[in-house]
Amino acid sequence: MDTSSAFKGTVIVKHIFICLIAFVMLYPVLWMLGSSFKPANQIFTEIWFWPKEWNFQNYVSGWSGFQGSSFARFLVNSSLVSAGAVLGNVITCSMAAYAFARLNFRFKAVCFALMLMTIMLPLHVTLIPRYILFNNLGWVNTFAPLIAPKWVATDGFFIFLTVQFIRGLPRELDEAATIDGCGSVQIFWRIIIPLALPALITTMIFTFMWTWDDFFSQLIFLSDVTKYTVPLGLRLFLDSSSQSDWGPMFAMSVLSLVPCFILFITLQKYFVEGIATSGLKG
Amino acid sequence: MSTELLAVKRRQSKTQRRRLGARYNQNGVALLFLAPWLIGLVCLTLGPMAASLYYSFTDYSILESSRWIGADNFVTMFTADPLFTQSLKVTFIFVFVSVPLKLMFALAVALLLNKGIRGLGIYRTVYYIPTLLGGSVAIAMLWRKMLGGDGLLNQLLAMTGIHAPDWVSNPKYSLYSIVLLSVWQFGSSMIIFLSGLKQVPPEYYDASSVDGAGKIGQFLHITLPVLSPVIFFNVIMQTITAFQSFTQAFIISNGSGGPVNSTLMYSLYLYKKGFSFFQMGYASAMAWILVLLIGIFTLLVFGSSKYWVHYEDGGK
Repeated sequence: MDTSSAFKGTVIVKHIFICLIAFVMLYPVLWMLGSSFKPANQIFTEIWFWPKEWNFQNYVSGWSGFQGSSFARFLVNSSLVSAGAVLGNVITCSMAAYAFARLNFRFKAVCFALMLMTIMLPLHVTLIPRYILFNNLGWVNTFAPLIAPKWVATDGFFIFLTVQFIRGLPRELDEAATIDGCGSVQIFWRIIIPLALPALITTMIFTFMWTWDDFFSQLIFLSDVTKYTVPLGLRLFLDSSSQSDWGPMFAMSVLSLVPCFILFITLQKYFVEGIATSGLKG
Repeated sequence: MSTELLAVKRRQSKTQRRRLGARYNQNGVALLFLAPWLIGLVCLTLGPMAASLYYSFTDYSILESSRWIGADNFVTMFTADPLFTQSLKVTFIFVFVSVPLKLMFALAVALLLNKGIRGLGIYRTVYYIPTLLGGSVAIAMLWRKMLGGDGLLNQLLAMTGIHAPDWVSNPKYSLYSIVLLSVWQFGSSMIIFLSGLKQVPPEYYDASSVDGAGKIGQFLHITLPVLSPVIFFNVIMQTITAFQSFTQAFIISNGSGGPVNSTLMYSLYLYKKGFSFFQMGYASAMAWILVLLIGIFTLLVFGSSKYWVHYEDGGK
């Protein structure tokens, strides 16, 4: 009796400890969220995140944007780029994955090794020639350099992830379909795609998140403010150093995090499985 | 009867042929499925790799045509470019401080959450939030403001009477503010550790406590060895990512790598060389040095793995 209540005690202490760490860790995010509703003078003087009164002025002035481009423009641009990237990755990576997982062809081992190599390769090595190529095509300062690479399956990581998943599907299904007269294209479309849906969803989620948060390539390829995406638009707040801009900056920062957050909350299962089974970097 | 049998037989041999065909003669259809990937491989990976290798031996800049200068770029880097050496130093400190700290933190939290605790799902979600959001420009800007002179942290410290420096604009601490931001995002490593910990057979612990092993002994002799493949994987992935880190240093120093180049990460310097000064030959040479560094590191970790990574099946 005594030992069990002592055990309960340690469990409760442990829960309190875990919650405390979590609170400290999340405090910066909570503080940003709270500050986005505070007038400028309170952001500096109040340490507690909860605003005394709720003020939406920061959102209004942040939304107005920079140099005639409202924040809505940045959100639309980011959505376009992300949609293009997600669609491209999910189609072309799953096609390549099917070939690697199920078809036999010459040079398969070499191709697979090359694909694995592209996963490890730092993007810097191809960056400058790609820039020159896209510049010659007249694509710089358009969304094409951000979307086109996804339509030619350059994200080897997602191919690998989907290959692993398809290999786990029973081959008998393919064979049964072959007996029923299905060709490879039909097997891919009618059997593999529906069954590999979890892998495809993981691909879509992470492609979306990485494109939405991507700063490096967007910084390099987009130069006109009307073409700016959310990360580039947010960065403009840094150039104005006046403290009165903190509020609007936090407001738009919060807004920029909402899509990933909603995605995470609704599709959590796929996040955890994706990370745990394939070690997706965060 | 016999005709039926014949028909069945004919059908069987037809499927057999089809099966055999399916096994050996799919080059055409494979080409169809691989076409986008092949185009990408040639036009956006292998071609550009060859081109950047060539550029690294030239003084190419997008403004004028290139001239072959042999190994000059590489010689300059290591003998006459103090900023290059600085960027290497900054990157090495960042990688070798942030990755071990991040993994230790991830493992500690995973162990804390592991023992069949109630509400694991919720805790896991909460601890993953920094990783989910942390790569964004928004969080990097928050960090810059939070650790700045009159930011949240110093307001807190001022309450306890400590007058702290501006963590972001003091060259002594600026890099460590980025290290902190990176360690804060330990969520994916934690999730990988949690799934690794599930693989530890509980009998191991039971047997060892019968033998009188303490908690620390169990951790050292059971948990760590069983987790070693997962640690190995995490070390490689996190280090490769850390070598290339860019956004956080860029935002926190507002693109300068400052103060006094204390946050001049390798990627940031490469970006400045290639896209601010348009020394694209030099930037290409830097990219190849980065590949080399990552390659050497990966080989070292792989080489060392036989001494510390234990596989359940004996590594077969």
